[in-house]
Amino acid sequence: MPYIPHTQDDVRAMLDRIGVPSIDGLFDEIPVALRVESLPGVPDALTEMEVSRLAAQRAAADGSPLNFIGAGAYEHHIPAPVWALVTRGEIYSAYTPYQAEASQGTLQIMYEYQSMIAGLAAMDVSNASLYDGASALAEACLMAVRAHRRSKSARILVPDTVNPVWRRVASAITEGQGLRLETLACDPATGRIDPAALAALSGEDITALVVPQPNFFGQLEDADALTRWARANGALVIAAVNPVSLAVMKPPGEWGDGGADIACGDAQPFGVPLSSGGPYVGFMACRMEHVRQLPGRIAGRTVDAEGKPGFTLTLQAREQHIRRAKATSNICTNQGLLMSAATIHLALLGPAGLERVARACIARTSELVAALTQLPGVRAAFPGPRFHEAVLKLDRPVAPVLEALAADGIIGGFDLARDYPAMGDALLVCATETRTRADIETYARALGAVQGRAAVA
Amino acid sequence: MSQIPADLRYTRSHEWMRTMPDGTVEIGITDHAQQSLGDLVFVEVPEAGRKLTAGDACAVVESVKAASDVYSPLTGEVVAGNPGLATKPELINKDPYGEGWIMRLKPSGGAAAESFDAAAYEAVVAAGG
Repeated sequence: MPYIPHTQDDVRAMLDRIGVPSIDGLFDEIPVALRVESLPGVPDALTEMEVSRLAAQRAAADGSPLNFIGAGAYEHHIPAPVWALVTRGEIYSAYTPYQAEASQGTLQIMYEYQSMIAGLAAMDVSNASLYDGASALAEACLMAVRAHRRSKSARILVPDTVNPVWRRVASAITEGQGLRLETLACDPATGRIDPAALAALSGEDITALVVPQPNFFGQLEDADALTRWARANGALVIAAVNPVSLAVMKPPGEWGDGGADIACGDAQPFGVPLSSGGPYVGFMACRMEHVRQLPGRIAGRTVDAEGKPGFTLTLQAREQHIRRAKATSNICTNQGLLMSAATIHLALLGPAGLERVARACIARTSELVAALTQLPGVRAAFPGPRFHEAVLKLDRPVAPVLEALAADGIIGGFDLARDYPAMGDALLVCATETRTRADIETYARALGAVQGRAAVA
Repeated sequence: MSQIPADLRYTRSHEWMRTMPDGTVEIGITDHAQQSLGDLVFVEVPEAGRKLTAGDACAVVESVKAASDVYSPLTGEVVAGNPGLATKPELINKDPYGEGWIMRLKPSGGAAAESFDAAAYEAVVAAGG
């Protein structure tokens, strides 16, 4: 879609046509008292040369550390074609064009993306992306309340093994809309939700249960048992999943008896760089029976008036431009660019390639845990199967250890002290396929040196 | 020209009401409403047991070009939603005053929406309401 700016003549012609003397005249109805003439705290414009220099300085401040943090965003290898293609003019826009069907290529990318997400999650239908994993979880909670018409409680059980940032965002978005997100504490010995602990809630009116897989600690929940409990108690199941893991693990659509109702998560691991915290891209898929409650755009495949195949936006009657305040959400395709990157990344990898990535992540994380737990004062917090993250318990506070590692150019992991104070000195580490054996040895040597020093209280 | 049966009551938001022998009230949308919406592709009907106050949005009718709420003209409890609409939303297009009924309500007294007889409703439609 080409970018065609208006010339001065275009602007003049349009203003003349509607009889308004100037652009400012379009805003006459806003009282002068409400207008902000200057923005305090916002610096003056810089020249291109100054901006380039500032940006280069800031980028250099990041350095190129060896990264062992996951905690919701993951460093994966992105094949060069992904961004070479995504930044082409035909694709380089975040938005679905207003005359969507005039851009068949854009709609086809959306359709392919939806097909891949639905296939990975073993769900019937996917939307064309959300903002990120955290807001996808919030939208899934809102959707569950709309979809579960017999439940009146709007109670959603959210295990504390769900990413704490996602939980905070989901609460912020949903609580003003009357939802009650209740935290479910995990078993401190296993770092997982004990399905038996849910028995105390059996028989209550619960709208939905969130099942994270793998959970924030990298541990695998008993998704089958949790799904069965939810079904037996009339609650919907919201799967919050890492999409890479789906290449090797049972997908949400096959959990328990009948599968999850909604699957959501962050598609950042597919082609989206870490980039100082975003933008990322959320995904959401569901069973066909809930499709009218699914927020966001959906591309469909159809035939035109002459019988030729093509793509179209479908089920638009749920959306804000038609249903106004009663729309399922105000989500559109503003992550369209990142959705395109995810689509191209997945297309390049294919099912076999994605499975290799997932298996490499598991293997590297096992090697990392094995190497680090040989050091004095370091042990794995939880037994049991995991994906590509693990919690380590240290014999001293984590923050100073991470500072010492950072001085060696190593980002050693995510300190759990703030979000999980009861866990003590706990460090969440991650190794994807991008960490080599040499990287792991480098980390182990550096941590060994830190641990070898006298523990500070 | 749309059909407006003489034996029903009507609202400004294009619902019709038929009082049944057992005192319950059958509610649907008018011929004029279904013509304005076009071919219906989905209808969400209320569940039995739901308590409604007059003016509450109680159902959604979705066509290829729009989705609209249906408002309860009366206060009361839903006795039944039309189960046939789940698979055949077009019943509303084909037979809006018969097989295309949306719900049956047991009125509990209390607030009711302004309603009209056939002649007055015809005037509402003619005025573009």
